[in-house]
Amino acid sequence: MNAILTVIGKDQVGIIAQVSQVLAKHQVNILDVSQTLMKDNFVMMMLVAIPTGADFTTISSALTQLGDRLQLEINLRNAKLYDAMHTI
Amino acid sequence: MMNANQIYETSQMLASENLDIRTITMGISLLDCIDSDSDRACQKIYDKITTKARNLVKVGQEIEAEYGIKIANKRVTVTPIALIAAASHDHDYVKYAQTLDRAARTLGIDFIGGFSALVQKGYQEGDRVLIDSIPEALAETDYVCSSVNVGSSKSGINMDAVAQLGRVVVDGAKRDVMTNAKLVVFCNAVQDNPFMAGGFHGVSEPDTVINAGVSGPGVVKAALEKVKDQPMDVVAETIKKTAFKVTRMGQLVGSIAADKLGVPFGIVDLSLAPTATPGDSVAEVLEEIGVGQVGGHGTTAALAMLNDAVKKGGIMACSHVGGLSGAFIPVSEDAGMIKAVESGTLNIAKLEAMTAVCSVGLDMIAIPGDTPAETISAMIADEAAIGMINNKTTAVRVIPVPGKQVGDTVEFGGLLGHAPIMAVNPAPADRLIHRGGLIPAPIHSFKN
Repeated sequence: MNAILTVIGKDQVGIIAQVSQVLAKHQVNILDVSQTLMKDNFVMMMLVAIPTGADFTTISSALTQLGDRLQLEINLRNAKLYDAMHTI
Repeated sequence: MMNANQIYETSQMLASENLDIRTITMGISLLDCIDSDSDRACQKIYDKITTKARNLVKVGQEIEAEYGIKIANKRVTVTPIALIAAASHDHDYVKYAQTLDRAARTLGIDFIGGFSALVQKGYQEGDRVLIDSIPEALAETDYVCSSVNVGSSKSGINMDAVAQLGRVVVDGAKRDVMTNAKLVVFCNAVQDNPFMAGGFHGVSEPDTVINAGVSGPGVVKAALEKVKDQPMDVVAETIKKTAFKVTRMGQLVGSIAADKLGVPFGIVDLSLAPTATPGDSVAEVLEEIGVGQVGGHGTTAALAMLNDAVKKGGIMACSHVGGLSGAFIPVSEDAGMIKAVESGTLNIAKLEAMTAVCSVGLDMIAIPGDTPAETISAMIADEAAIGMINNKTTAVRVIPVPGKQVGDTVEFGGLLGHAPIMAVNPAPADRLIHRGGLIPAPIHSFKN
């Protein structure tokens, strides 16, 4: 399943490194990355592939915990959510 | 592959603008539970609900985790109990309400709707018993919601039922002030409403179905903040586009839930349903459109446009639109409405005018505890008349609060918020209501 990971908050050293580390630990492959500034927010997005049989909630909670530690808002959501909202 | 702006917009809606799925509601037919022995009927009802909906909460939680979107409530609606219980010849139906309550508790759902009767043209044997049972049934249960349809554009208004319900509301208030928060009196009730307290599962619906209700006044307000001082057609267009996006969420979540539960997906109800949380208010949307404060002149026009634009935006976003679909204006559940009542800008007369152009009626309005039953009946009759003539759903959910007068406030807690006691017109309605009978169907009902 493809999912979109969003990181929103204050820019700091090592965000991509730490997020990637969590993803690698759970065998999550990164398919696409983009980062930009929007309304003074650092915004990073990743399209990732969650391996079949992996526990989505475990990966999601690991990322949320990382977000809490770095004071960033990190969310992992099934990519279908974004497709549904913006694609007819 | 990724559109950063779109992803950011969706994330903001979920994180900061209170976008949520208000409810996934499983409709369950109880027609196959009818039995002349009420104990047997109740057992069948309990078994069917707890079997069909056993995974409802679990599936809801799974979707919340995977899609990162909050599903505020998981609910069940059932066939109007007046139809199911009539065969038992019991003298009250409190037992049926307790059965529904027990099933809701077992499932861990938030509400169960369908302690209902449809009496727009007259009473069948179970209807009068059910309506008389409402005060005790609601006082004795926690999760059960009740509704009665007293009128329709096709058949007129049952004024005997209108009179009976005024007495029911007064009786309920004496038992427990919260009973009336769980009772809605309708004209033109819809059969697939996923929202409470008025949801029930219509007799023409499939055996089991999933309906979804989406919310999002905060999202609409945030979108309108970007088109300040632009002409009204730009405002309408912005609301349409936003409603489209919000409704797509309902379509997605509803269809996934239906799929996981192995039942057909029914409809998306694309209503803007406020909560007492700041930033989740329909009143604030109207004020963003330009009304000085909700209740002021121009409110009805702004609400008419909002309601229509929400429907237009939502209708293409999902395969089947249903329920009430539009803007809700419950006073106690909307921070902006409460503020407007407290500052004297919003009164019941203006709310009544607003109900002629939005998707519901006089909703969650606290009134003095000594309001006569006939006056409450007359409020119901007025709302039903607006619905009947305008071919739309209208409803009344008023809450008389014993011992409280205009200027006092009542706390309901949770999603239901708090409400200032609103003034009711003191002119008596006794002679009107004591007439009883049936207001005939309007001329435009004869379309065959």
